[in-house]
Amino acid sequence: MHSILEPKLLYLFYNTLKIDVMKILVCISHVPDTTSKINFVDNDTKFDTNGVQFVINPNDEFGLTRAMWFKEKQNATVDVVSVGGKDTEPTIRKCLAIGADTAYRVDTEPLDGFQVAKELAKVAKDGEYDLVIAGRESIDYNGGMVPGMLAKLIGANFINTCVSLEIEGETATAVREMDGGKETIKTTLPLVIGGQKGLVEESDLKIPNMRGIMMARKKPLNVIEPLSSEIHTEAKSFRKPEPKSEVTLIDADNLDKLIDLLHNEAKAI
Amino acid sequence: MSILVYTESENGKLKKAAYEVASYAKGIADLMGTSVTAVTVNAENVEELGQYGVDKVLKVSNDKLSKFNADAYAEVITQAAKKEGSKVVIISQSANAKYMAPLLAVDLEAGYVSNAVKLPTVDEGFNVERTAFTNKAFSITSISTDVKVLGLSSNSYGLKENESSLTQEEFSPELTDENFGITVESVDKNKDKVSIADAEVVVSAGRGMKGPENWGMIEELAEVLNAATACSKPVSDMGWRPHGEHVGQTGKPVATNLYIAIGISGAIQHLAGISASKNKVVINTDPEAPFFKAADYGVVGDAFEVVPQLIEKLKEFKANNS
Repeated sequence: MHSILEPKLLYLFYNTLKIDVMKILVCISHVPDTTSKINFVDNDTKFDTNGVQFVINPNDEFGLTRAMWFKEKQNATVDVVSVGGKDTEPTIRKCLAIGADTAYRVDTEPLDGFQVAKELAKVAKDGEYDLVIAGRESIDYNGGMVPGMLAKLIGANFINTCVSLEIEGETATAVREMDGGKETIKTTLPLVIGGQKGLVEESDLKIPNMRGIMMARKKPLNVIEPLSSEIHTEAKSFRKPEPKSEVTLIDADNLDKLIDLLHNEAKAI
Repeated sequence: MSILVYTESENGKLKKAAYEVASYAKGIADLMGTSVTAVTVNAENVEELGQYGVDKVLKVSNDKLSKFNADAYAEVITQAAKKEGSKVVIISQSANAKYMAPLLAVDLEAGYVSNAVKLPTVDEGFNVERTAFTNKAFSITSISTDVKVLGLSSNSYGLKENESSLTQEEFSPELTDENFGITVESVDKNKDKVSIADAEVVVSAGRGMKGPENWGMIEELAEVLNAATACSKPVSDMGWRPHGEHVGQTGKPVATNLYIAIGISGAIQHLAGISASKNKVVINTDPEAPFFKAADYGVVGDAFEVVPQLIEKLKEFKANNS
């Protein structure tokens, strides 16, 4: 017996009454865990995934968690999408276990930001989403371009480094973090945000429970054929930073020495 | 064909980052045998760009642009690039520039490379080195589009003086309501304090400070050094300091001249976020703290004793050296 509060029923209920339900799409990047050792293989042309744990990109996870808030409080529907091979499915399943309704995987290797943005734009357009949440950047390639390109491609408003988001009807009120401060922004849907910590707190992040994990297995994970493989940029090779020279230790009783080194050697003060 | 560079200003004055991107644009112009055109928005002291190799300034003066608006600014630069026939557009990596860059890239159908740290090589294709994996690696990235947008990491190229005979031209791009889909209602910015992105020195503290009530000495040290204050992730997670101060992999990146870490052990995510800083100082009671492996200078000692002494000595130093 379903309770009347079951989201699906509520959605149907709202739909019959023609009450608009906000449709949210959360874009997920599958990235190495922040503690991963970064190494490269194939003559330094490919990231070495050996022994690396993959997770939901942290900036995306803050956005997903905020999306779940909209689902709980404002009956929004939340879908997730990721561009990647089959190996990304555990990460996508985790999003379903956290509470997303439906998942989409665009079946192609993400090669550059523009290509990913184009694939996501297709999914966002076809699904007529009101709000698209992406992370301000992925912690692997740090391109920082997918949310903005996506917004431009679908003709939506765009707010980057978004640390707070409220939506009332068609109006969004957001706070954007900028250098040395914040600004409060008003805009209208459809909207794309580049999210980060602050959208929700670290302590709000949800660890999927057993029920969520079981339910996630039954939720749809649709595989979509990619549009094309048009790319604008290509990461040709990688290198690691030069090993650092030893630290110069200064005695705590001899801070004049530190000031002298910072002034004369480092020329930093 | 000239290289176009967007030189940012604040309250009518060009920012230091503007001179760095201008220097970088000049470097590329020399490689490609062309000139440099800068775009400024509501900036007054544009003649200073002539010291950094800029040949021509397109001066935009428009009250509608008094507050930063990514879409409208992207439109301004797009129109400037088209007018100049520019194939390479240079921007900084300030929060505003990063916000605008992807919009600009789509408008110009350009490939965009963020976090560039060196001049590109242009003999065989167009390749540029950038940071990736939050400073844990560098990547050589090629751009295959006709028009290219490059975002230069701050403090990676430096200011290079290069006297040029600068010409100025008023430029009035056409903007429509469509460029203003976003309205900035209010700005909350501490005008007396330098931001982490603009600071030459950043003083950062961690859990070793034991509680938010002990931040007075951190702020005082920052004041003596005209530095921005920052903090580690646990400190912002516990609410001791605002999120805006959190630096590291999931916080803000720091690429400053001097980074002083006090009571921060040096988790890998923190070190990644600050590693682009030129000089790193660590003050920590634990000589085994991982930060000592990443730092240039280290003091093993109790912050509660070391920091007040350091403040006194720096005050003396400043008095003698000014």
